[in-house]
Amino acid sequence: MAQLAIESLSTHHVGPISLTIDEGQCAAILGQSGSGKTLMLRAIADLDPHKGDVFLDGKPSDRFQPPQWHKEVGLLCAKPLWWHDTVGEHFTLANDPQMEHCLSQWLSQLNLVNDIMSWPIQRLSTGEQQRLALLRLLMNQPKVLLLDEPSASLDEKNTDRVEVLIKQYQRERQTAILWITHDIKQAQRVADHIYNLEQGSLTLT
Amino acid sequence: MNYISLTPLDLAIAACLVIALAATSFYLKLTIGKQLLIVAIRATIQLLLIGLVLKTLFSSSNLWLLMFVASVMLIVASREVLARQKHKFHGWWAINISASSLFVSSFSITLIALVVIIGNQPWYSPQYAIPFLGMLLGNTMSAVALSLDRLSDTVWREREVIEQRLLSGETASQALNTIRNASIRAGMLPIINALATAGVVNLPGMMTGQILAGSPPLEAVKYQILILFLIAASNGLGILIALFIASRRLFDQRQRLRLDRIKT
Repeated sequence: MAQLAIESLSTHHVGPISLTIDEGQCAAILGQSGSGKTLMLRAIADLDPHKGDVFLDGKPSDRFQPPQWHKEVGLLCAKPLWWHDTVGEHFTLANDPQMEHCLSQWLSQLNLVNDIMSWPIQRLSTGEQQRLALLRLLMNQPKVLLLDEPSASLDEKNTDRVEVLIKQYQRERQTAILWITHDIKQAQRVADHIYNLEQGSLTLT
Repeated sequence: MNYISLTPLDLAIAACLVIALAATSFYLKLTIGKQLLIVAIRATIQLLLIGLVLKTLFSSSNLWLLMFVASVMLIVASREVLARQKHKFHGWWAINISASSLFVSSFSITLIALVVIIGNQPWYSPQYAIPFLGMLLGNTMSAVALSLDRLSDTVWREREVIEQRLLSGETASQALNTIRNASIRAGMLPIINALATAGVVNLPGMMTGQILAGSPPLEAVKYQILILFLIAASNGLGILIALFIASRRLFDQRQRLRLDRIKT
């Protein structure tokens, strides 16, 4: 069943785009800089006004409260930003032992120390920020992942770790993923279908 | 009351000081000399005109005339709020926000002061109504302008942070909370400083004016305390209303940050 369905979506110069991603499937999107990949993700995440509809499990986005939509359809931005002083303040665990356990496991999988939660944001490297932003997103337990170059500023080893974690999360929760990348080899590794976004329209490669 | 009347020569001497300051500014290439001269001339003309208006107003005690003068003051103050903002809202929203916040705050507090506290007959006696409204409107205008400017400017600079907060599952109100609080503080800071240092560092203008005009110092002090409290209340109310409307306008029904609604 289609977990994420996009129907005639258009925003700015992008679209109309129609696309469905089934449970547990991953679609990668390639395209030159400026082709509108990020704009497309922003419209799906309902950050920008747009035409057309986006459905999660058959339910249109406007039937969700906006914060709920953002939690269910999680967008990971290419440049992660932080608004509290320390890392830990960005992670709302709500005393959930299961999620605390998940977080500690994910931290070690991404080669991050547990202690990092008490670090001030200024102490983080770009790579650490990118990996932590992924964990911040996963803590909301989204049903759909919209990933905007999640490994853009990572070295090869950490790219591998991020890919493995995302694929593991996808397998365990049957998540639908839309993955933007510039790296065709990465697209081939992670995706079931690869699309190309050119001049505002999407084509299957 | 006994006071020493000022002659045109006295004012001319004071004006020379401003001209000297402007000349220094030209000499040092500070680029504020011209502006300083313009606003000094503007202030002189405005004050002379209001002097004439007050003279007419005081002799008639006409409610309609008072309302007309109050409306003109409100329009000018609303325009001043707009002029001091870097990122204004498009269209009527800009003037709506400043006019409605100034109107509700300054006018309601002035009304309370005139009817409940002063209790003069008639309550709209221009001798009290105009100075009270003027002081409240002038101060609230600056406070609202500071707050709105801080809000729109910070939102503009931190738009990506706000969007990532929204993406993390926060509501528009939560995502804006830190910026809104900082904007309230920015607007309230001048009156908090004024209250903290009143009588110690600075002798407020109104009190000084009353003393110069021959009032007993303790009477002047009582009026000054009253006006400072009223200004604080009016500033707070004006800021809250302006920021409430502006915050709502910054987001749409789907809680998207709509920077297309403010000018770049």
